[in-house]
Amino acid sequence: MNKIKSLDDLRKMKQNLSSDISIREKSNNPDKIVQIRVAMATCGIAAGAREVMNTMLEKIAKDSLPVVVTQGGCMGYCYAEPTVEVKVPGKDPVVFGHVDPKVALDIIDKYILKGELIDGILPVNYQSIQEKA
Amino acid sequence: METIKLTIDNTPVETEKGTTIYQAAKKVGINIPALCYMNLEHLGIKNCPGACRICVVDVAGRRNLAPSCSTACMEGMVVKTNTPRVLNARKTVMELILSDHPKDCLICPANGQCELQALAATLGVREIHAVENAAVSTYRKDASPSLKRDMDKCIMCRRCETMCNDVQTVGALSAINRGFMAVVSPAFEQDLINSPCTFCGQCVAVCPTGALTEVDDTPKVIRALADPTKTVVVQTAPAVRAALGEEFGLKPGTRVTGKMAAALRRLGFDKVFDTDFAADLTIMEEGTELLTRLSKFLGGDKSVRLPIMTSCCPAWVNFFETYYPEMLDVPSTAKSPQQMFGAIAKTYFADKMKVNRKDLVVVSVMPCLAKKYECQRNEFKVDGNPDVDYAISTRELAHLIKMANIDFNSLPDEDFDQPLGESTGAAVIFGTTGGVIEAAVRTAYEIFTGKKLDKIDFTELRGLEGIRTASIDFNGTMINIGIAHQLGNARKLLDGIRSGMYNFHAIEIMACPGGCIGGAGQPYHHGHSEIISARHNAIYKEDEEKTIRKSHENPYIIKLYEEFLGKPMSEMSHHLLHTHYFDKHKV
Amino acid sequence: MVQVKMHLLVCGGTGCRASESKRLVDELNAQLQANGLADEVKVVITGCFGFCEKGPIVKVIPDNTFYTKVKPEDAEEIVKEHVLKGRKVTRLLYEDPETKTHVSDSKHMEFYQKQVRIALRNCGFIDPENIEEYIVRDGYAALGKVLAMTPAEAIDIVKKSGLRGRGGAGFPTGLKWEIASKNKADQKYVVCNADEGDPGAFMDRSILEGDPNSIVEAMAICGYCIGATKGLIYIRAEYPLAIKRLQVAIGQAREFGLLGNNMLGSDFNFDIELRYGAGAFVCGEETALIHSMEGKRGEPTIKPPFPAEAGFLGKPSNVNNVETFANIPAIFLKGWEWFSSIGTEKSKGTKVFALAGKINNVGLIEVPMGTTLREVIFEIGGGIKGGKKFKAVQTGGPSGGCLTEAHLDTPIDYDNLIAAGSMMGSGGMIVMDEDDCMVSVAKFYLDFIVGESCGKCAPCRIGNKRMHETLEKICQGKGTMEDLDYLDNLSKVIKDTALCGLGQTSPNPVLSTMQYFRDEYLAHVIDKKCPAGRCKALKSYVINADKCMGCTLCAKNCPVSAITGDKKVPHVIDQAKCIKCGTCYEKCKFGAIEIR
Repeated sequence: MNKIKSLDDLRKMKQNLSSDISIREKSNNPDKIVQIRVAMATCGIAAGAREVMNTMLEKIAKDSLPVVVTQGGCMGYCYAEPTVEVKVPGKDPVVFGHVDPKVALDIIDKYILKGELIDGILPVNYQSIQEKA
Repeated sequence: METIKLTIDNTPVETEKGTTIYQAAKKVGINIPALCYMNLEHLGIKNCPGACRICVVDVAGRRNLAPSCSTACMEGMVVKTNTPRVLNARKTVMELILSDHPKDCLICPANGQCELQALAATLGVREIHAVENAAVSTYRKDASPSLKRDMDKCIMCRRCETMCNDVQTVGALSAINRGFMAVVSPAFEQDLINSPCTFCGQCVAVCPTGALTEVDDTPKVIRALADPTKTVVVQTAPAVRAALGEEFGLKPGTRVTGKMAAALRRLGFDKVFDTDFAADLTIMEEGTELLTRLSKFLGGDKSVRLPIMTSCCPAWVNFFETYYPEMLDVPSTAKSPQQMFGAIAKTYFADKMKVNRKDLVVVSVMPCLAKKYECQRNEFKVDGNPDVDYAISTRELAHLIKMANIDFNSLPDEDFDQPLGESTGAAVIFGTTGGVIEAAVRTAYEIFTGKKLDKIDFTELRGLEGIRTASIDFNGTMINIGIAHQLGNARKLLDGIRSGMYNFHAIEIMACPGGCIGGAGQPYHHGHSEIISARHNAIYKEDEEKTIRKSHENPYIIKLYEEFLGKPMSEMSHHLLHTHYFDKHKV
Repeated sequence: MVQVKMHLLVCGGTGCRASESKRLVDELNAQLQANGLADEVKVVITGCFGFCEKGPIVKVIPDNTFYTKVKPEDAEEIVKEHVLKGRKVTRLLYEDPETKTHVSDSKHMEFYQKQVRIALRNCGFIDPENIEEYIVRDGYAALGKVLAMTPAEAIDIVKKSGLRGRGGAGFPTGLKWEIASKNKADQKYVVCNADEGDPGAFMDRSILEGDPNSIVEAMAICGYCIGATKGLIYIRAEYPLAIKRLQVAIGQAREFGLLGNNMLGSDFNFDIELRYGAGAFVCGEETALIHSMEGKRGEPTIKPPFPAEAGFLGKPSNVNNVETFANIPAIFLKGWEWFSSIGTEKSKGTKVFALAGKINNVGLIEVPMGTTLREVIFEIGGGIKGGKKFKAVQTGGPSGGCLTEAHLDTPIDYDNLIAAGSMMGSGGMIVMDEDDCMVSVAKFYLDFIVGESCGKCAPCRIGNKRMHETLEKICQGKGTMEDLDYLDNLSKVIKDTALCGLGQTSPNPVLSTMQYFRDEYLAHVIDKKCPAGRCKALKSYVINADKCMGCTLCAKNCPVSAITGDKKVPHVIDQAKCIKCGTCYEKCKFGAIEIR
């Protein structure tokens, strides 16, 4: 075990370790950060939702993005699976259909980080994460 | 010294910083009642646990009442000691204490001496609110050879604990249990006899109630006096004459040697002798032992253990037997004066009177409770017959005199009987701290140097400080002397010797505060340590007035050696006047 | 590399462990393993969530799903449904007692919404046996900040924060530190009072179990401030889990160099030892605590001298309670301005309360000072159990008092509670409903005090015993009006004369119930009735002949054959034989048995 010999050491250690617990930190204040919900019902998983989710998680972890990824049940868009719901603070939630790993990265890069609209948005016929909960 | 101004009951008071309200009030004639509080100022002993809550007073601006015994005066403080709130609180607390205290005052050994009784009278408690099925704490009674415990009467003032633990460092008594069942007891509620108790009795000396009392041996003495087949002789310890008068309303420090002898004679003792005679004898033996050891030591004999320690005090003997068993060969082997007297009485004197030792009853009047234990030790018996049959305390003697309808104060002064009644000033000072060693020095100096002393008073050895040291010039050889009274100070001295801090040739130790004058068998001081101080002065006054003031000049002692013992440390002396010690270490 | 996408936080506090949370953890891990999810989902044992009523708790992160009363057998469903398919297990969700709807997200539970967690900030969030998780939560950063200041600057921050002792008396913490820092000595001590002794209180235990490192860090900060190099935690031996987690925390802190010599590169040295108590209430009093640590009889001595002058082994010592220390790192991290912005004028910050009694959400909560009793009891606490009527709330433990409906809108802080005849105490809050007899409640607390009094001072040793006996007499129906006067006088005298805080506050339950519920006392004494029907000696079971159908069920069940009557004829209870066990009352299907 390396001793922590200075406040700097302590800060570095905190940085290195923070990914372990970041998921909890983010969920502590979900309203303030981007929330992504991947539909992980049987239909979603069959269509590749797991791969999509992992891709997104890796990207978020790599870039330390203030984004929390949860998994949800079937949202009723079985025709468009895998589906991903994205809620950016201050904006209405948006659902993307037919998401594959490439689209998943686009959602993060373009929609979330740059605020650009991308293809694949499904028509709104559901309640927001907040209301539903 | 910084001073503080305050008012107590509208009286302005100016006092030193650090003074308590209780002390400051006393200065202006306001005596706040207190129960657990005890301050033996002359001895540096204080019990102030703030436990009884009787001494509470109203301090303006304070939420609750303040215990005056332990609340320091502050600048501008406004104190009231007798408001309705205070009086009600004091009386209510007193009622509570009495509600858990037996009401058998009329047959209590502390009747008339009880501080609780006196306080109940002062506070005017007339009734105690009856709570149905109110619990009263009861405990197993315990009697040792010296003292009795009846903890039903304990009010948890903790004075005994302070004496046993802080002053004496014996550690036999401490509070056990919690809440209503809290009581002072030996560990695991053992009997005292199985505890490290040394029977010094200082717990009894300070107990405000009848919870701790001495074993009453007066009925046995009365029976012996009434028995026509017995010859009953009595010996009185030096400290008794300096205190007995207090029991008869005389001023503390009044010497009543002559009246005491007269009273004893009227009680029916066949011979009224004096332990002081045996004290002179002790000096002969112990002084010679000191000189022998000293000469060997100065002559380079490494096997000799110094310092020599006095062994007159039975509580001190119990103490080192319990706590310093590895030092059993250090104290003098000389018996205490009480036991030397008994041994001589039941041999030399019995022979003279042609009385069988079994028909000779030796009673000793002692300022001490440990003496009751001492006279029962097996090594002080011959075929089961003790050298000293009964040891009664100064208080018990006073009681006997009162029971026998003797008007003590109008008695004439009478002398002791001979041959065991003659004593010197050296023997008298055995009664106070520093006295034994001063007596030993007076004799040892003259024997060692072969010169007469110019000045008999060794004031450097006197005083009431707990530990005192002095060096005496024995004609060029400096003799280092240590003196301690109270066992806690003895412990400090012994530990100091062990650690090499001290280098003494001789040490005197007495267990009780002030020595025997402050013994547990003496009239109760009720917290007034100036009484001890007055007795201390009385002892030296008695010495001063004696014509012979050195033990080896006592004509009857000289005669005793000529007729019976031969010389000090002779074989006969060894047999009768010396003893040995036992390892009583408790786990 | 597979990313961890989910954390399952399982409460590992004493309460939940008693309900097999440990086996639940094993079962969850086994199920994750079986479903190939071991790398993606992490099970974390945390400290107490505070929602002890419904333990064991499992909280799913990141969606904040809050599962209650989870049994080991439920692990399979949680993993297969929620973890694998994203479908919440509805039957395990918390059900709002009023709306009867399931609340899926803890963020939407009223229990948590009103809470502000400072002392409990890490409880139920981090693994208490992993110092790294504490460090990620800015652990030891406060110590780092403090070491860059002078002790006087640091003490000034504590003073400005307005933090007051959370152990009960509410002495300003910064002032206490300042006094200890000014006393010169070769050795000083920082003492943490973890001798939580109030019945029903478990704030300190939960903090130590859930976030032991915060106490270690705070003690080090205090050590730096007052010039002490040694810390002692006096903890009762009945808290084995808290002891273990403290030992782990201290061990890890030493390994990381966060205890020991030259901490964080400074020249400050500090270390901590544990001292075990035998669980005596009076040892929560700081002088008694110190005597106990010294191996002496655990009884208080008169102050002054205060521990800050002559404490452990006669050296200046600063004694603070666990919760007080738990606030310290947050104050330095977020600033005194932030801390003092929370709470009321004279009571800053938050207070942790242990909710117990007749309340729906029994558990541990932390609210800003100034929150009203109504908010605590009816919003956070979820109201009274079984829809019964609120009668009183007892705050401040055995030394506190009972407050009534009239006090519900009083903002809770040190001074308001004292003004109302109770006190903050360490934060126990016991709620009573219409079925509780206030005389019996007072007797219960007196019983506790009688058992816990050290016996040193006469008013507490004997006075409380007599009060208890008198209350017993009243409950037996033998009380008189003089007894009430006696109780009143004794209460006042004990308050006025007892030596320590335990004794001085011990009459509070009697005084407050006599003040606010005098009618109940009078009913016991004059009418010989217990309005709540609690006092056995004062109640009688009587059969209402109009309602009795003569079914004989009561007679068959009566253990002492006190009920007689023919079939289909109203029965009668022989009052001389009746032992008032209440069996007939429970068995009767027609409500024919009445308590009078």
